[in-house]
Parts: sequence; C-alpha cells; structure tokens
Amino acid sequence: MAVNTHNHMSGNGSGSDAATFTKQDFASGEETRWCPGCGDYAVLAAVQEFLPELGLPPERVVFLTGIGCAGRFAYYMNTYGIHGIHGRAPALATGLAISRPDLSVWALGGDGDMLSIGGNHLIHALRRNMPIKILVLNNQVYGLTKGQASPTSAFGKVTKSTPFGSEDQPFNPLALALGAGASFVARTVDRDRRHLTQVLRAAAEHPGAAFIEIYQNCPIFNDEAYAVLTDKDTKDAFQIRLEHGQPIRFGADGERGVVQRPDGSVAIVEVADVGEQDLLVHDAHCADPSRAFALAHLSQNVSAPTPVGVFRSVVRPVHGESSQAELQAAHETVGPAELDALLHAGATWTVN
Amino acid sequence: MSRTVDKDRVVIRIAGDSGDGMQLAGGRFAEATAVFGNDLVTAPDYPAEVRAPTGTVRGVSAFQIHFASRDILTPGDTPNVLVAMNPAALKSNVDTLESGSTIVVNDDAFTKRNLVKAGYDSNPLEDGSLTEFQVHRLPMTSMTVRATEGIEGVSSRDAARAKNLFALGVLSWMYGRPLPVTEEWIEQKFAKHGPILTANLAAFHAGYNFGETTELLDVQYRVKPAALPAGTYRNVDGTTATALGLIAASVTSGLPMLFASYPITPASELLHELARQRRFGVRVIQAEDEIAAANMALGAAFGGQLGVTATSGPGMDLKAETIGLAVALELPMVIIDVQRAGPSTGMPTKPESSDLMMALYGRHGESPLPVVAAATPAHCFDAALEAVRLAVDYRTPVILLSDAFLANSSEPWLIPNIDELPRIDPRFAQGPNLDDDFLPYLRDERLARPWAIPGTIGLGHRIGGLEKEDGTGNISYEPENHARMTSLRAEKVEGIAQDIAPLEVDHEDGAELLVLGWGSSYGPIKAGVRRVRDRGGKVACAHLFHLNPLPANTGEVLRSYRRVLVAETNMGQLSRLVRAEFLIGAESFTKLEGEPMLAAEIEHEILERL
Repeated sequence: MAVNTHNHMSGNGSGSDAATFTKQDFASGEETRWCPGCGDYAVLAAVQEFLPELGLPPERVVFLTGIGCAGRFAYYMNTYGIHGIHGRAPALATGLAISRPDLSVWALGGDGDMLSIGGNHLIHALRRNMPIKILVLNNQVYGLTKGQASPTSAFGKVTKSTPFGSEDQPFNPLALALGAGASFVARTVDRDRRHLTQVLRAAAEHPGAAFIEIYQNCPIFNDEAYAVLTDKDTKDAFQIRLEHGQPIRFGADGERGVVQRPDGSVAIVEVADVGEQDLLVHDAHCADPSRAFALAHLSQNVSAPTPVGVFRSVVRPVHGESSQAELQAAHETVGPAELDALLHAGATWTVN
Repeated sequence: MSRTVDKDRVVIRIAGDSGDGMQLAGGRFAEATAVFGNDLVTAPDYPAEVRAPTGTVRGVSAFQIHFASRDILTPGDTPNVLVAMNPAALKSNVDTLESGSTIVVNDDAFTKRNLVKAGYDSNPLEDGSLTEFQVHRLPMTSMTVRATEGIEGVSSRDAARAKNLFALGVLSWMYGRPLPVTEEWIEQKFAKHGPILTANLAAFHAGYNFGETTELLDVQYRVKPAALPAGTYRNVDGTTATALGLIAASVTSGLPMLFASYPITPASELLHELARQRRFGVRVIQAEDEIAAANMALGAAFGGQLGVTATSGPGMDLKAETIGLAVALELPMVIIDVQRAGPSTGMPTKPESSDLMMALYGRHGESPLPVVAAATPAHCFDAALEAVRLAVDYRTPVILLSDAFLANSSEPWLIPNIDELPRIDPRFAQGPNLDDDFLPYLRDERLARPWAIPGTIGLGHRIGGLEKEDGTGNISYEPENHARMTSLRAEKVEGIAQDIAPLEVDHEDGAELLVLGWGSSYGPIKAGVRRVRDRGGKVACAHLFHLNPLPANTGEVLRSYRRVLVAETNMGQLSRLVRAEFLIGAESFTKLEGEPMLAAEIEHEILERL
C-alpha cells in the first residue's frame, strides 16, 4: 500500500516499535461525557495507560464500538476508530482485522450491545478466533436508553422496562463465550486498575480472539452492583483470583478455596475442611473448556464469591492466518497479464 | 439423407426432472453455440427445491436458449423446439408452444406411473392432443443404456443418468454444433472418474449419431454465425460477469477485495464464484448473517480495501442500517442486490426488479447513495466496475442492482481490452489537509472526503454514525450544521450526474412514443421495439444504467416525447420516480409473474399506443 504507514505486518498487536509512547499519545483530548462516577472512566484510563506497552504507534491501533454509553469510547482514543451501529462492532472488527493483520483491533461495547442485539456477531467472532480483542463493559443495565433490563440483569430485577421484576434469566457471559469456543476468556473489574491492566495485557498477548468481561459500575441505573467485589470490607471474601498454576483460594487469609467435585462441578470450601492439597489448581491452558465452564458458573450476578482473572487461554488457529501469505502474495503479483488471462478463461472465439 | 434448412434464429427449451441434468445439458449446448459464433441468450428456469418430488410438474427444471445468425436480445418468448425428458416436462411447457413447433420426447419416460405423476389421464403422445406439433419420440433412456453397455464400472443407473448427454448429442446434430467443445468439457469434468467419462462420451456420441443415421429426424437446421462486432468473445452469465468486474476493479485500482456474504438465492453463486479466486487476492468470508456481511465489508473499507457484499431482497432489508452507517461514514463500499420476486421470501429463484425504491429510499433519515443497474448478463461486468468507480471516487456506498434473470442468464461477451478499463484511483490521504491539521470531512471538488486508512501517521481519526461537524467530523448536534451536512451528502451524490454518460436514446424519426426501461428489461424492450419497427411502427427507446442520480439529460429526453412508456417488472416504481422528478405523465407497463418480460409483450404495448 503506497501510503505513509509504519510498515509492520507482524500482526495484531504483537509487534513492537523502537519508539516509546505514553498515555497521552492514546488520549484524543475530546471531552468525555459519561456521567460522573461512571465505571467507563476507569476502563478508559486503564486502556490508555496500558496501550503504550504494546509498543505500537497509535495509528496502528483501532477501536470499534457499538451503541450505548460504552460506544463513546472510540471518540476518546487518539487512535483510528469507528463508532458503529448497535451490536455490530465485532463484525466491523472482523472485516478490518482480516484485511489488515498489521493492526491491533479492539471491539468494545456494553452488555446490551454485545450480548443482546449483537450476540450473533460476538459468538461468531469467538468461534472463528478472529484476531480481535473484545471488551464487554457489563453493568447489567441499559444506560444510554435510561434504565431498561439488559440480558445480564438479574432475574427479578426491577427496572423501567420490568417494573414487576425481570422474568428473564440473565446470560452468563463467560459461559456463553466458552460455549462459543473462545480461545481466551477473562473477567475483571473496573475499580481494580492493576487487575484490569493485567487482564488487558494477557488479552493483547493472546494470538486470537480475546473475550474480556469487565464488571462496570453504572452509578445512575444500577449503582454498586459489584460493590462486594471492590469494597475494602467485602473484597477479600468475594473476589476469587484465578492465577494459572496456582491453587484457587481466597479470603483475607486464604482460608477458603475451590474444589472440583467428582461430577465436574466446582464448589467453595473451607481450606481447613479439605486440606490445601485438594484445592483445584487453576489451569487456564487446559484444552478442555469444561473446568473453565464450571468456574464460570460458580456465581451468578455476584451474589456469591466470584472468580476474576483469565479463565481460559489456549492457542488454536486464528482465522485468516493460513491464507494471509497466499492472499498477500497474490495481491502483490497479480497484474494486467493475469487479469487478461482470467477474462479470457474458458472457451473463447474470435470474430474478425 | 436428411435435408438442411437455414434458420435465422431458433429457441430451444430443454426440460426434465430437476435431477435430470437439464441445466448442464443446456449450458453445454450454449457453450458450443457460443463457440460456433451464434449470438445467444440463455435462461435457466428451475424449482427452488433442491430435489422437488421426481416426476411432478413442480419438480421440472428447464433451460431455454435463443440463438441466431444476427444479434439478439432475449432468451426468446416461445420455444421452437421443446425437448421433454418426461411427461411433467411436456405438461408444464406444451402450452407455451406455437402450432408447428417441434417436440422431442424421451419416449421411455412416458410410463403409466410417470403420466399419473404428471397429472395426465391419457398418454398425450397417443391421444392425439399433440397433432399440431412435430413430435419425435426417442427412447433416450434405453438407447443411452445400450450405448454404455460393457463399460466396466458403470452401473445401469449411472448409464441412465447420462441420458441428458444423449439429448445434448441429438440437439448438437440437429443444429450442427461443433463436437470438440463438448467432448473436451466432458473429458475435463470427469477426468477423475474414468468409467463415467467413457459413459458420458458414449451417450453424447450415441445421441449425435442417432440424429445423423436415423430417419426419425429428417431435418438438420443451419443457423449461421452472427456478424457480431470484431473481437474475442466468451459466453458469460451475469454472476460470472459481476465477479470478473469486481476482480478487474480490484486489480486495476490496487485495492485488495474483501467479499463478505451470507448465502441467499440467487446471490450465492457470486459467493461461490469469488471464493475460488484467492489467486487474485480476493478474500471471501461467509458471514454469520446479512448484517455482519455488510459490516465486514465496511470494516475492510475503513482499512483501505475494496469492501463488497452481495445479497438478495431479504438480505437488503437487514443490511439497511449498515448501509446508512456507510452513508454517514462516507466510505467506499459496494452492495450487490441480486433481486428476486418478493415480498418476504417470495419466489427465491424467480426474477423480479422490484427493489428499486428500496435501493433508493430504503433507509431511515436522508441517506442518498448512487444506484447502478445492470442491463444484460454481460453488462454486469461494466456495472460492477462502475459501482466500484463511483464508490471509490465519491467515498460512498453504492448499490448495484442485478436480478435472478441476469445472474443465471448468459450471452456472448466481447472481452474488453484491459487498457481501456476505467481508471480507479483510491487517492488515499497521505498527510494533513489543512495546514498542519487533518480534517476527515474536508471535501474535494467532488465533495468527497479524504480516505485516510489506519496505519497512516498523523491522520488518526474517529468517525461514527452520529452527525458530524462539517470538516472536522467531530460529533455535532448544531441545527445549521445538520442542515448543511444533509445538503452536502445529497449534493455529492447529485453531482455524480455530471460524471456519468448521458441518457442515450435509440430514436427513430417520427417517433412520438419513448419506451424507458432499467435493469433486465433492456433485452425485451430493445427486441420489442425492433419488432414494431420491422412492421413500420415509429418508436424510440432509452435505458437507464444509473438510477441515482439519473443522467443529467433525463428530463430533457423524456419531455421531448409526447408519450413515455416505462416497462418494468414491478408495480411501476421507475414510472412513479420519473413522474415525480420531471412532472411528466409517464405510462406504466408492469409484469409481476416471476418471469422476465417478453419481447412480444413490449411489442403489444407499443402497438396499442401507436
């Protein structure tokens, strides 16, 4: 392409540049317009601060967003970006990532955008293992349209559209992603900058589709939905940190843990009751997604101790990888002679 | 010894069960006819079901070819020759035949059981109901089985399946078609299946020899090569021509193509055709749905590629919101609508050009975009190139209208000299466009905005579906800005009228009636007008290849005729458009039978008005 670009074709966020970049290089300077106290601010700050780590110049990073409060994210990044239509960011990202493997492509949306109107694109991007990073900012409510139930709202949740309580079971986003065959599945929390950054880093390093659910607080329509995970007093008791290769335990003194039952399901136990040796050792690289699926079902809607971290990270073929070189070479070599031959293919005849 | 009779033109219809290989036999006859040098137009006609109940009228698959020693325009109104492989094929087609036509039947298939399945009370071959036709009863199945006897590895079932090639052999003899074209094709097609290859060749030769040696067929017809303009030709259907046009646009513009599509009749063939073209750098992705396909094409366009999606009416409904986004983003993108009979699922395999209003107006808000329509199968090549040219030059989504008839029908195509193809220059933005700043919505003389692709240093920008401030592209809710942006988007598209060919009139001195068409009505209108003129009638015709904007001289042309008749296969969409646009009393001829217009129908409509 005869344009003024950094000529890296190393692919989807794994490149590195000699130049160093700072948080300011990734901030567009546009006035942010989320409500005061919105969890989106924390996510934006974490993303802007993390991106310089990629070593990629801002022009090689693209953010594609859907509709909803989170959709505004694209405008605040000093990268290339499209604020698309409702739910379609993963499809836009698929078209871009497949045709430009030199870019780091990020798709971002809320729970309504990604799991309701855009659910189909989400599961298929994960199934294909497109080289895109998908951030779902889950606040369990529709914010921009002012407070309706979302596909992650709890059963019985009273909202403007469910004044008698929601009659629907919520999605378990991680279980959905695992069911779709996602190769990278993680969960983190807006108010925990360090953990959020760790998860972003792991996702960026992952060579395929990365699904990250971010518990994000909506101070207007669903305030403190995740407070137990972040409040000083409850955090230790409710946050279960998953770390690859480590026994899963939590609590102020690590007094509780997770075991796997003979039927494959997982359960919370007192470590003293079972002994440390019986705790489940987290294996994010396990080829079989069953254990990650069981962990995803350990809690619904933060009503119980909830795992956060990388549930699954396995390497499998990335869509487009196998044909990329062939297509690139074809594009560079095909010219008028080949085109002429193509137009003349098959039986031809000449009239004089 | 048979006699030879010269003919200017012949229409053959070959019909059988949908599993009988009628499309294959018809297609091969067309290829041999093309190479022989006749002008031709073909039209397949098959049921929507993959395998409708065998032997029933509903399961009949047919292929019609019109070929001539002069240039022709349609697949022919009524067949001169019907080849019927079973009673159902005879029953579903006999009513279209004129008295004196020839019928060739597979006699073996006229069993009591098949007659009942077709709904015949008695055998039409024996009850005197076909006396007005020349009927030839050929035991095609048994002769094919006999011809393939002794070929090792060929069951009698395999042998019977080759009867379509026997029929093709008979037709090839009747019309003096060159044998090598078909022989080479059979050899290539069945190269990996030795016994089947031998059986098919044997069946084909048996049919040909049967024609030559038997006295059953006493006449051989000669349709001399047509005097077409000089050059090299090949036979193409609209699907192939569209694919070639897109590839040509990709190669000449240097833009790699991403083609994203969801399977839908009758657009799936284009997906198949392009999926095979990796060696031309074409990346094809079968999307999870129609909406995704449009977004993938748009995402690729943002990345600096040629983003294309194709579908039919139901898919257009679903893509509408994304097309609106492309209008707002002002990115190049091509959306191909291979129209079919609607509404809703309608008749998926049947042609109808009834998506014009949807293409023009089927999005919320004021969202104008260029609309191009292909007129003939070969013209799909030019139309595809034109759609890409306008998309790239004007940074806009373009809708290309084709239809089920154009996609499947074929005709000779004068292969263009690639040096004469239109130049398409992406003109990617390279740097700041206002002092040291980059304004993504600062427009050029065409009112097109810069195409700045990710990776370009210093041109990073964010755009979206929200209304944008003129120039900067920042979000804006300013009343005056919205009015200005709405006008700018409209003016940009209207301005294309200066960049397209004027409406060309096929005028005749003394003509007061103009027949106006668009899309696949081109052939029938031209042919109908020709018939009227052959009878001494004075009539003019014109055809629109651009539906938005209309050519700059359209109003002037229409107003210069006392009467304007608009012929189209919908309820009068173009007629309403020209009435509203030019305040003329356009009359309307419409047809909604899921069938192409016939030259005779146009002829009739014109004569009624002279």
